[in-house]
Amino acid sequence: MPAALEVVLRVAAVMAAFLVVPLVVGQMEHKVMAHMQGRLGPMYAGGFHGWAQLIADGIKFVQKEEVVPRAADRPVFRLAPIVALVPYLVALLVIPLGPGDLVGEPLDIGLFMVLAVVGVGIVAVMMAGWASANKYSLLGALRAAAQLLGYELPFVLAAASVAMAAGTLSLPGIVEAWRPWWLLWQLPALVVFFIAGLAEIRRPPFDMPVADSELVFGYMTEYTGLRFAFFLLAEYVGIVVISALTTVLFLGGWKGPFADVELGWLWTLIKVFAVSFVIIWLRVAYPRLRADQLQRLCWLVLVPLALGQLALTAVVRLAIA
Amino acid sequence: MGIEEHIPGGILLGTVEKLVNWTRKQSLWPATFGLACCAIEMMAAGSARYDMARFGMEVFRASPRQADLMIVAGRVSQKMAPVVRQIYDQMPEPKWVLSMGVCASSGGMFNNYAIVQGVDHIVPVDMYLPGCPPRPEMLMDAILKLHDKIMNEPLGERRRRKLEAQGGPDPLVGTIPSSYRYNKAKRRQWEQAVAEGRQEQLRIANWMQEGAHRG
Repeated sequence: MPAALEVVLRVAAVMAAFLVVPLVVGQMEHKVMAHMQGRLGPMYAGGFHGWAQLIADGIKFVQKEEVVPRAADRPVFRLAPIVALVPYLVALLVIPLGPGDLVGEPLDIGLFMVLAVVGVGIVAVMMAGWASANKYSLLGALRAAAQLLGYELPFVLAAASVAMAAGTLSLPGIVEAWRPWWLLWQLPALVVFFIAGLAEIRRPPFDMPVADSELVFGYMTEYTGLRFAFFLLAEYVGIVVISALTTVLFLGGWKGPFADVELGWLWTLIKVFAVSFVIIWLRVAYPRLRADQLQRLCWLVLVPLALGQLALTAVVRLAIA
Repeated sequence: MGIEEHIPGGILLGTVEKLVNWTRKQSLWPATFGLACCAIEMMAAGSARYDMARFGMEVFRASPRQADLMIVAGRVSQKMAPVVRQIYDQMPEPKWVLSMGVCASSGGMFNNYAIVQGVDHIVPVDMYLPGCPPRPEMLMDAILKLHDKIMNEPLGERRRRKLEAQGGPDPLVGTIPSSYRYNKAKRRQWEQAVAEGRQEQLRIANWMQEGAHRG
């Protein structure tokens, strides 16, 4: 019975993180973007600096009418937002927050599973785009497919480099093996992983699939109410997952300047929010990449860089051994 | 939705109604579309100087499917009327329409065969905003009055009948200017003035004192 209780508790904790952290990141995006643009951002929802803005947005979405276009493929259309959301929830399950037991499920092949599961997002995008029976949705989904299939490669190669350096696929194991000088050793992999991760979650400057000046709103054009809110939530959970993965793989996870064992969770959270901040910053700083620029960056810069890093990792690893 | 008809009346329904109206008010996403020069003022209202994001209206939604408010900014030509109506039809309920500027409200100076004489010929309008074009401050005032209206919307048929029986919301929508409503000190002054029946004198006196007319 205590074992069952523990499982329930762990799942509940991951679920709570899944619902709360993305909201914090979303609110952060509102405020950070606004202040970078010389505005104030939400100020009135909830009294103090609009802290309740996303809560208001969420409850509003629940009440909105749900429109399904007549020509849409109804079951697929309705399933797509959930398919978009679940992989990130599963990914959060194996990401360690602190040393020892502070992880939803310590899996030996955690890295492998996270990479496999994050790749499922593309299926949701294709489902949404195809089932909407809208040409803009379909164009957006196909753009997303081209982008995600391309960026999957440098994403996985960069992650493989750090797994090779640590000699394990377990995420807590990688953090255990991590040393501060890896920051320099794995720097190219860090850059490649971060950029490819941005493209994976379709954040600006890689938001070509939802380019609202060309495609209305890409594959999400026809979604209303709660299902659209699911897509938005998936986007913010995506930011959290990519930030957390970058933290765990390249920035030493729970390792901080002092008290790694007691304050490990704090260091992890600080790093996750710092990386999320950079993701938001990039949105404000850079314009959207064109389709050909996007593919050029992937195949001519990121993939060679990731392969070079893989070779470097192998050489250094052999030299140490 | 229909669920509201089954919630028992009284305190619970009142609370749910308040919460629902509050979320609708705080997260009123406009649809991205402008018809004429008023749209330029609407864009200015979203920019850093006026910043509609403060009221949770940061995102002008490109897809009407995710928008709550249609700001009809500019004259509606006969050719554009079906398009405007289609955008309105594509928006999910609950939705609101703000007719911005005299042309959208009544045809304005374009009293001719090419222009629809008021957008209320094709869609129901919740708030009319005069001006040619209205300044961003006026647009924001109209939006705040619309917030006021949304806050007093009855949830369901029973509540509507009850509200009707007591003679409308209390205080009446739009009676207190938004610059007074959202400023605690000024709001107190206004309530005092209402008791004495000299609201207009208060507005003029404050306006003279603030020196806004001197530029």
